[in-house]
Amino acid sequence: MLTKRIIPCLDIKNGRTVKGVNFVNLIDAGDPVELGKKYAEVGADELVFLDITATKERRRTMHDMVLKVAEHVNIPFTVGGGISSIEDVDDLLHCGADKVSINSSAVKRPELVNELSQKFGSQCIVVAIDAKQIDGEWKVHLAGGSIPTDIDLFEWAKEVEERGAGEILFTSMNHDGTKGGFANEALAKLSELVNIPIIASGGAGSVQHFVDTFTEGKADAALAASVFHFGEIPITDLKKELKKNNIEVRL
Amino acid sequence: MKLVIINYGAGNIKSIQFAFKRLGVDAILSDDRDEIIKADKVIFPGVGEASSAMKKLKESGLDAVIPNLKQPVLGICLGMQLMCRSTEEGNTKGLEIFDVDVNRFSNAVKVPQMGWNSIQDLKSDLFKGISENAYMYLVHSYYAEDTSETIATSFYEKKYATALQKDNFYGVQFHPEKSGKVGEKILENFLKLDIKS
Repeated sequence: MLTKRIIPCLDIKNGRTVKGVNFVNLIDAGDPVELGKKYAEVGADELVFLDITATKERRRTMHDMVLKVAEHVNIPFTVGGGISSIEDVDDLLHCGADKVSINSSAVKRPELVNELSQKFGSQCIVVAIDAKQIDGEWKVHLAGGSIPTDIDLFEWAKEVEERGAGEILFTSMNHDGTKGGFANEALAKLSELVNIPIIASGGAGSVQHFVDTFTEGKADAALAASVFHFGEIPITDLKKELKKNNIEVRL
Repeated sequence: MKLVIINYGAGNIKSIQFAFKRLGVDAILSDDRDEIIKADKVIFPGVGEASSAMKKLKESGLDAVIPNLKQPVLGICLGMQLMCRSTEEGNTKGLEIFDVDVNRFSNAVKVPQMGWNSIQDLKSDLFKGISENAYMYLVHSYYAEDTSETIATSFYEKKYATALQKDNFYGVQFHPEKSGKVGEKILENFLKLDIKS
């Protein structure tokens, strides 16, 4: 059976991981390659690298990093952050990225989703959506969740599916960083609305939160950062617990 | 060992090249017919859309070369699908190496199938040392029907052929280059296959 996926997300700045990552036995905790290999060993199903570099050298450092990760890590990985053109995607896929994730650039110019999926195939185009629930309405936000729009989360999700997205990475701004659980109600609604996989993001704090997002939230995959980076939830233990809860995982 | 990865402009071949590098083998990327014919082993990759990939193959004349290769050939993902009789994607006629058609999953399941699925009914030396129900990474919307040439099955909506073999031709729907240690073992097995005829 197809398993539910566990995805650690690594923030990258100038080719290095940022935010503290607190793994034992790592020679260089800022090295995305070493971290990626470590996560692959402990059973992560995929990796997401989110580039937050804002300098002119961004493209080059990102290419170098993607090449190195592809060379040494034997599980799939997605690259996101600042991707806005066919050339950007072409470069990253050629360096060995398996998928790319686009966010604000898709909202600004929705045709980009069509263009990318036609050129590279839906399978490698992930549309990331940051949304916040305001007065009961889920509204899409841009620039890492800082700029609100009038776009409805569910309408946007449906639209990107029709335009050829292969997967949706939904981050709830209300839940992100709270460690209080994922936005399961919205996730379940999304999962029923569209027929492409949904990655749940924002709110992971305990093993039970993952169980809930796969059952109540009907998510296909769950993404988290700090609970994995600081060893609060070891991935191997998490997957064993999921298995005990009759959730299909790769062990 | 001369290993050639057919480079016809379809997909992420870097990952495959790197996977072999991790096994200590330097694979050559080539679209040159003589180089491909002379190789000990050939990898036929493919990611993307079937009809445009087939068009690229035809433009390079490789559509006539691949079915006549005598050494072990491994088609991966779309590469495997193009080795079949036909695919529903873009109503594309395939290389007709495998006597089976490729169809789209219905909307009863999420399409594409994305992630890790288990493989069963393992036959062939390609799976030597691999346990039944091992997990492999897949991303695909189209699948080959289960047939007499099936050497491994997976279940998504229905039981389908996740690996095929006919003579020296092998095809896998999953991505061994992205499937951790188990995937690397399968690539290693492929490298060890006897060179026939």
